[in-house]
Amino acid sequence: MKICRLVVAFIAMLIAIPSLANSAYNMRQGVTDISHQVYELHMTIFLICCVIGVIVFGIMFWALIKHRKSKGVVAAQFHESTKVEILWTAIPFLILIGMAIPATKTLIAMEDTSKADLTIKVTGSQWKWHYEYMGHDVEFYSLLSTPKDEISDLKEKNENYLLEVDKHLVIPTDRKVRFLMTSDDVIHSWWVPDFAVKKDANPGFINEAWTKVNDEGIYRGQCAELCGKDHGFMPVVVEAVSPDKFDTWLNDAKAEKAKAEAESQAVAQQTLSKEELMEVGEQTYMAYCAACHQPTGLGLPGVFPAMKGSKVVTGDIKAHIDILLLGRPGTAMQSFAKQLTIKQIAGVITYKRNSWGNDTGDVIQPSQIQREIDALEEGK
Amino acid sequence: MSAIVEEHSHHTAPKGLKRWLFTTNHKDIGTLYLLFSLTMFLIGGAMAMVIRAELFQPGLQLVDPHFFNQMTTVHGLIMVFGAVMPAFTGLANWMIPMMIGAPDMALPRMNNWSFWILPFAFAILLMSLFLEGGGPAFGWTFYAPLSTTYSNDNTAFFVFAIHIMGISSIMGAINVIVTIVNLRAPGMTWMKLPLFVWTWLITAFLLIAVMPVLAGAVTMVLTDKFFGTSFFDAAGGGDPVMFQHIFWFFGHPEVYIMILPAFGIISTIVPAFSRKKLFGYASMVYATASIALLSFVVWAHHMFTTGMPLAGELFFMYATMLISVPTGVKVFNWVATMWRGAISFEVPMLFAIAFIVLFTIGGFSGLMLAITPADFQYHDTYFVVAHFHYVLVTGAVFSIMAAAYYWLPKWTGHMFDIKLAKFHFWLSLVSVNVLFFPMHFVGLAGMPRRIPDYALQFADFNAIISIGGFAFGLSQLLFVAVVYKCIKGGEQAPGKVWDGAEGLEWKVPSPAPYHTFSTPPEIK
Repeated sequence: MKICRLVVAFIAMLIAIPSLANSAYNMRQGVTDISHQVYELHMTIFLICCVIGVIVFGIMFWALIKHRKSKGVVAAQFHESTKVEILWTAIPFLILIGMAIPATKTLIAMEDTSKADLTIKVTGSQWKWHYEYMGHDVEFYSLLSTPKDEISDLKEKNENYLLEVDKHLVIPTDRKVRFLMTSDDVIHSWWVPDFAVKKDANPGFINEAWTKVNDEGIYRGQCAELCGKDHGFMPVVVEAVSPDKFDTWLNDAKAEKAKAEAESQAVAQQTLSKEELMEVGEQTYMAYCAACHQPTGLGLPGVFPAMKGSKVVTGDIKAHIDILLLGRPGTAMQSFAKQLTIKQIAGVITYKRNSWGNDTGDVIQPSQIQREIDALEEGK
Repeated sequence: MSAIVEEHSHHTAPKGLKRWLFTTNHKDIGTLYLLFSLTMFLIGGAMAMVIRAELFQPGLQLVDPHFFNQMTTVHGLIMVFGAVMPAFTGLANWMIPMMIGAPDMALPRMNNWSFWILPFAFAILLMSLFLEGGGPAFGWTFYAPLSTTYSNDNTAFFVFAIHIMGISSIMGAINVIVTIVNLRAPGMTWMKLPLFVWTWLITAFLLIAVMPVLAGAVTMVLTDKFFGTSFFDAAGGGDPVMFQHIFWFFGHPEVYIMILPAFGIISTIVPAFSRKKLFGYASMVYATASIALLSFVVWAHHMFTTGMPLAGELFFMYATMLISVPTGVKVFNWVATMWRGAISFEVPMLFAIAFIVLFTIGGFSGLMLAITPADFQYHDTYFVVAHFHYVLVTGAVFSIMAAAYYWLPKWTGHMFDIKLAKFHFWLSLVSVNVLFFPMHFVGLAGMPRRIPDYALQFADFNAIISIGGFAFGLSQLLFVAVVYKCIKGGEQAPGKVWDGAEGLEWKVPSPAPYHTFSTPPEIK
């Protein structure tokens, strides 16, 4: 009786499965033709497995119930049959062929990156994504925007906890968008479940992937390859908008970039107060530096160096600026020349040199950073 | 040969610590391996508890992400190299000579050494957790350049520890092969070998083939990190993806190293409690051999997202799907063995039945993972975590438990506490599924593996998973209790403990004498 009820419950579960799409239990159907195909493949192979499972386990449990020693059964003597062995080698083989055909078709479609309407270069680094719209002179970094207080349980977590960034990657719907993946440091993996796109970003190499989104919306994913301490904190957020809206957005982004450059030039002429630099510096430090060097400036001994009492931070100013602009090859310290404005770099250096007991009293102006950048450019 | 052994057996074995330190007796070394493996299982399990405690709810509560990564890494390394592999080597040491009618392993002194270097390997690995900067934090797969340029200097300890583990495994494998090839009793022809012996023989060849590859991989990590080579660094002409090819060329046969002996155990236990000969003995041997061969040509299915050419993806997809054929044959044979048998449900049989069902579920998810387009969605999510824990915990570990219960009376001479053992089984069975089954769901819903914190939609399942984890972890203390009680005393076990059991090991008294088969037995 119990078994009967279990079987009924199991069948009910199987029937319920198609309705589980896009639920918290199952793979997403997603918003591209490819992601739909992948979902179909997933459900087909799953159902095949279920059917085989029901048959095999059914026979086994039948034996376990009916052929028990306690029922006085005497064991039969048969122990081989070439016919049966051939049969249960051949049947699974045929099922596999049936499965391989649609899988191959989908795979061929997924790997066809030709004839793209737009190409975006995606660069992973510890622990953020950088997007560059090839041929459009638009590029930006995209960082986790979940407040630290939510992560450390001091504030209530919002609905998109850990799946939100400061700048979305914006792409047009109904256009074939090609992604070129690479990395500045370790291997990352760019994944948006709704597109069925997951591709590793390998340092020194370029991978290709593509998508063509059918519906407008915001789609969230995460880095899928262990990339160090904050691997769990580098989400991917893509906003798909209609081609018209996308063109507007792209023009706005270009205008914004020009504006930012002009501002940067203006800032290079100004002399900022120490208070202002310290304020900008603290914000920048917490957003970009604290993941490794820690909010306390103590770093993680043996992994990430401390800022407090550091020889670099309390030593030569030019050497300090150079490390921020160039990074330190062979370590996790990356170049911040493109990620931060000269005001932010000046601020963060000022902040580091005057915090946690580092009392150099140095005030670094954006103009000084600009001069160093120019000098480095000439040096090239 | 037998004369020498005869003479040897007149010595009285030394007592106390010296007995264990200097022993060349296969039974003593088997016991050492098994107890070591149990210790490592508990240590690795404790690390899993840390992981599950942190993941009990969203947000960071207990450990920082860097320590979390050390836990996932060292948990994996300890369970693979410290718990599962030594347990099988321990079973091989205890059982293979008795099963083939040999007086001991063929190379007893090497046997001693291959065990005694292991504790040092794990001491080094565990010690590195307490050094400044902590232990390895790059996953048990130690992908470059995370493990080279971007790791800390303690990586050298990790490399050294892996080298020692590899040397130990290779020596153990050589010993198994030499023993099986040379020391079979007269009349113990190849197709009469117990299946556990067959599966271990094939496993040993896999070990010899791939452990040197792992040694090569860690050595290249070492020289890339400390001596300026660029095997895995594009800036110097290397390739980080090449690391993955080398690693998985070791890694895929490695997963069969951890499951083939389990197949042998299940093929021993199922016939014993069905009171019926194993169905399709010959096809079981051929299936094992074909799985082993295929295991060398499927490694890149771990790497579908690395950007392989289409032809490569197709080849590795087809080859991987093909593995399910011989694996299916095995499952069908076990079911056919039970069919019209006279089945009873002693503790080893309970674990064996659980193995067949749950390992097959792991096999199904493995088949799903082989489908490359779907793998793009599954890869590096909890779906994969669910898959390999089904094959390794409810697969390999359950088979080891089954084997332990099956042979404990033979080893100790006492019957174990059956009630407590059944309690251990049912608790483990329920909790292990509460632990690993929902991982399929969170994985499909999009939760990546190896993250210390997660989005809110994964919260409910993670809480359930953690509860299952704590329950499963605590249940294993019952196993320790059963083993301890059984060593200390209990009802005297007869020579043939189980009425349906077949094999030479049941022809000697329980506990098995210190030296068995000093003169070869007669094989009918």
